Amino acid sequence: MPKSKKDTLPLPSADPERDGAPPKRRATAESMASRQREISVSEFFTKNRHLLGFDNPAKALLTTIKEAVDNSLDACEEAGILPDILVEIHETTAATAKAPAKATEGASTGAAGGSSRFRVVVEDNGPGIVKAQIPKIFAKLLYGSKFHRLKQSRGQQGIGISAAGLYGQLTTGKPVIITSKTGKGRPAVKIHLRIDTKRNQPDVFSEETLEWAKDHGTRVEIELVAAFRGGRTGVQEYLEQTVVANPHMALAYVSPKGERLEFPRVSHELPREAQEIKPHPHGVELGMLHAMLSDGAGKTVKEMLVESFSRVSPAVAAEVCKVARVSPKTPADRIQGDDLERLHKALGEVKVMAPPATAVVPIGEALLIEGLKRRFSHAEFYASTTRPPSVYRGNPFVVEVGLAFGGDLPLDETAEIMRFANRVPLQYQPKACAISESVYQTNWRGYDLQQPKGGLPVAPMAVAVHLASVWVPFTSEAKEAVAHYDELLREMKLAVQECGRKLAAHIRARAHAQREEKRRSLFERYIPEVAGAISAILDMPKDKIEKPFFAALPNFVRFADEPAAPPEGSAPPAASSPSDAPPAPPPPPKAGKGRGKAAPRGEQLELL
Amino acid sequence: MAAKKTVPKKPTGSGTKKTDRDVLTLGKIEKLARGALAQATKGDNPAVDIRTRTLSNVSFNQKRKIIELGDRTQTREFFNVSMARKFMQTMLVASGCKTLIGEGKTVSIRQMFYMTKHTLPGSSENTFEDQSESDPIIEDLEVGIDALREELHLFANRRGLVVGKLVVNDAGDEIDLARMGRGGWGIPSICEPDALAFVRNSAEFILLVEKQAVWHRLNEDRFWEKHNCILLTSEGQAARGARRLLQRMATELKLPIYALVDNDPWGLYIYSVLKQGSINLAYESMRMAVPQVRFLGMSAFDYKKFAMPKAAEIKLTKEDITRAEQMKAYPWFKDAKWQREIQATIDNGFKMEVDALLTKRISFITEEYIPKKLRDRDYLQ
Repeated sequence: MPKSKKDTLPLPSADPERDGAPPKRRATAESMASRQREISVSEFFTKNRHLLGFDNPAKALLTTIKEAVDNSLDACEEAGILPDILVEIHETTAATAKAPAKATEGASTGAAGGSSRFRVVVEDNGPGIVKAQIPKIFAKLLYGSKFHRLKQSRGQQGIGISAAGLYGQLTTGKPVIITSKTGKGRPAVKIHLRIDTKRNQPDVFSEETLEWAKDHGTRVEIELVAAFRGGRTGVQEYLEQTVVANPHMALAYVSPKGERLEFPRVSHELPREAQEIKPHPHGVELGMLHAMLSDGAGKTVKEMLVESFSRVSPAVAAEVCKVARVSPKTPADRIQGDDLERLHKALGEVKVMAPPATAVVPIGEALLIEGLKRRFSHAEFYASTTRPPSVYRGNPFVVEVGLAFGGDLPLDETAEIMRFANRVPLQYQPKACAISESVYQTNWRGYDLQQPKGGLPVAPMAVAVHLASVWVPFTSEAKEAVAHYDELLREMKLAVQECGRKLAAHIRARAHAQREEKRRSLFERYIPEVAGAISAILDMPKDKIEKPFFAALPNFVRFADEPAAPPEGSAPPAASSPSDAPPAPPPPPKAGKGRGKAAPRGEQLELL
Repeated sequence: MAAKKTVPKKPTGSGTKKTDRDVLTLGKIEKLARGALAQATKGDNPAVDIRTRTLSNVSFNQKRKIIELGDRTQTREFFNVSMARKFMQTMLVASGCKTLIGEGKTVSIRQMFYMTKHTLPGSSENTFEDQSESDPIIEDLEVGIDALREELHLFANRRGLVVGKLVVNDAGDEIDLARMGRGGWGIPSICEPDALAFVRNSAEFILLVEKQAVWHRLNEDRFWEKHNCILLTSEGQAARGARRLLQRMATELKLPIYALVDNDPWGLYIYSVLKQGSINLAYESMRMAVPQVRFLGMSAFDYKKFAMPKAAEIKLTKEDITRAEQMKAYPWFKDAKWQREIQATIDNGFKMEVDALLTKRISFITEEYIPKKLRDRDYLQ
């Protein structure tokens, strides 16, 4: 790593006599060369573990499970299989690497802050992995299928699961154990893997075939030193949120204490498969453009533009070349310098149709509510909103918001925010995230909730915000918070507001029902008095007078239990708020039309 | 001389035979109850129409010189959150009055409050929380079914004293108002002919003073004996009994009436209510207002006329001035002489209590002030 500049500056305590003297040469090119060598993955990993989500033992456990589950879900979906996932965390009795003496049986889960040793098992019913690929996938950093394409998926870099395996190996010395079966009738393979940290190569430790009751699937076992925590950043929170965003997933979870949690599937429909798309000219970076053109030996610039980008027709490509003052017939691999820069600028300026939205797959309003119900089964009201697709920097995206309100949610606490990027819960850095920002910036008081200035609403409410995109812009490699792009933030706020309005309609209807109830009880209290007085005046039996009064009551009070709301949020059309109006039809999809670079709003795309 | 139409009878205890008036009143109460029941039976909102008793619904009848209640009514509905409670209370009071009439008893409005107050079953809510809630309901019932308070067998706390050259019969007891000693005769709350009759009158006029202390002064000085009059105090704002008595004396005995109140807007208002009635009881003006009552004092001009010392002055407050300006705007004070009188007080910048006459001498009021005012016919009407 390069030393930071600061270290070379004279320190305040430096000898004053040496001030002004030319700095003494400390190293020569030769002496430096002797120290220059390839960095091993383990070294890189150890130094950059915070980028990969292994900064501390608690986070290491979460990241390991998260990477494994994300991979399982992606694989199942790609193979068209409804995912059945099992997550187990076992505390192993072996001495911990850091504090071997401390490993007494009683000092279990490590919740007291110390680390313990855990064996994590994640098993799916996915398509399985071809035997030859297993070592590379699980024991080679930066190996995967997702990095090279523009397609909405959970994992993006292919660093996750192998990093988890490496972490386990570094902390416990134990290999990663993979069991996989690719189809009925075929045998399962069980492989013990190590990572050769010097060469960044897998090292197969042992290999066996066995019978596995499953038709197909993969089981990953990693032993690592970690800490088990509850709360916002805990494993259980991750799993519960994942359950919300993935209604088609069935999950079983066994905690270190042996408790078993089951979340049966609530949707038997797989999400539509996200289509891979080519990059859109509006989002491309200069270096990327250069790389693309360099690949095009023997082709003209125009041909290359049409071939590499989505929505770039020959006419558009010609226009780009014209604006860039570059001949369309120039060989693609000869473009460089000023030409390249002008071309890059032109790509951003010329009107190009928005990218196809087929690459983005939202959860959907009805399923988001079903998902919320899995976690908040006793809320009083559910609502959801899926925005039409939109675009930032050439990347299509969709924002959706769901909320659960009332019931057994805590009454006087701030609302809970669940953040999702491509169905993956984001648990760290809520303050830095554009998703949180969109919830904070919404005026919830307008929806009849309490909200301290600049804070979250105080209400029995949980809000889930999902950003689905081909490329989710995170603030850092740790993929913990979504960056503040104006187009993203605007769509998020619109979605939150739309959901908020549905909630407000419900709250108002509820308040109305309560007022009616109060009115009714008032009249019911007074009727016997009035009837008693009238009966005394007219010398008639009291019940003969009470009767017509009670009979007349419904003419003046709407009884809460009759024409009011159907059971909230039960029907598929999103928020079933008890408004009298029929649910509004979805807005007509706007055709994606060509747009200039500086178009102020996120383009509305059609969702196929 | 006394016009003796009916001779009041002594009450004979409970179970008395109902008078014709009682039968009439009972009919009105039953009509109210039957109406509410009929509306409920039809599925309508049971309601009582009550004439609005606010400034906007009263007018000054120039011819008869009294304040009259207008025709605007407010419908008090049962199935209306803001009115349900009052509707219930109206029915409770109506029922209470029915019981009173049935048993031939009369209670005070405070006793009616207790008669009808109870806790609603299953709650901590009372039918009436305090008397300030039940008093207006009684007035509502009076206007609502067009029955007088005494017809409902209710009375307010008596207020007001009288002595003088008059013999009355009160519920069968003959009372010589000239033989009442220092305390005087307390004016009953109900002064209707069937309860109170004038037997013999030898007075030539009636003097009403606002304050009990002034009345005491005059009684001790035997003013009524010397001047052959009836001496009355309303003890502040006149209660219904005093006003009804005054009106009956004015019409039946045909005596001139003089009122002596403090020289300030509040004193003048007491006079005003005696004369043309009040806004709240505008529906009773016919029976209570005495348009012929004369304003004897204290006038703002008395300060100079009687060479009052500076000690008699009390500085006018802001409130006094505002009130005085309001009164100048009342239609019944539009006459130039009243405008002059009120303006004079404002111009003086001070007010005077009748008691301030004692700055001169203890019995200055008895021996000089009132006799001179009467002699000079120095009053307003």
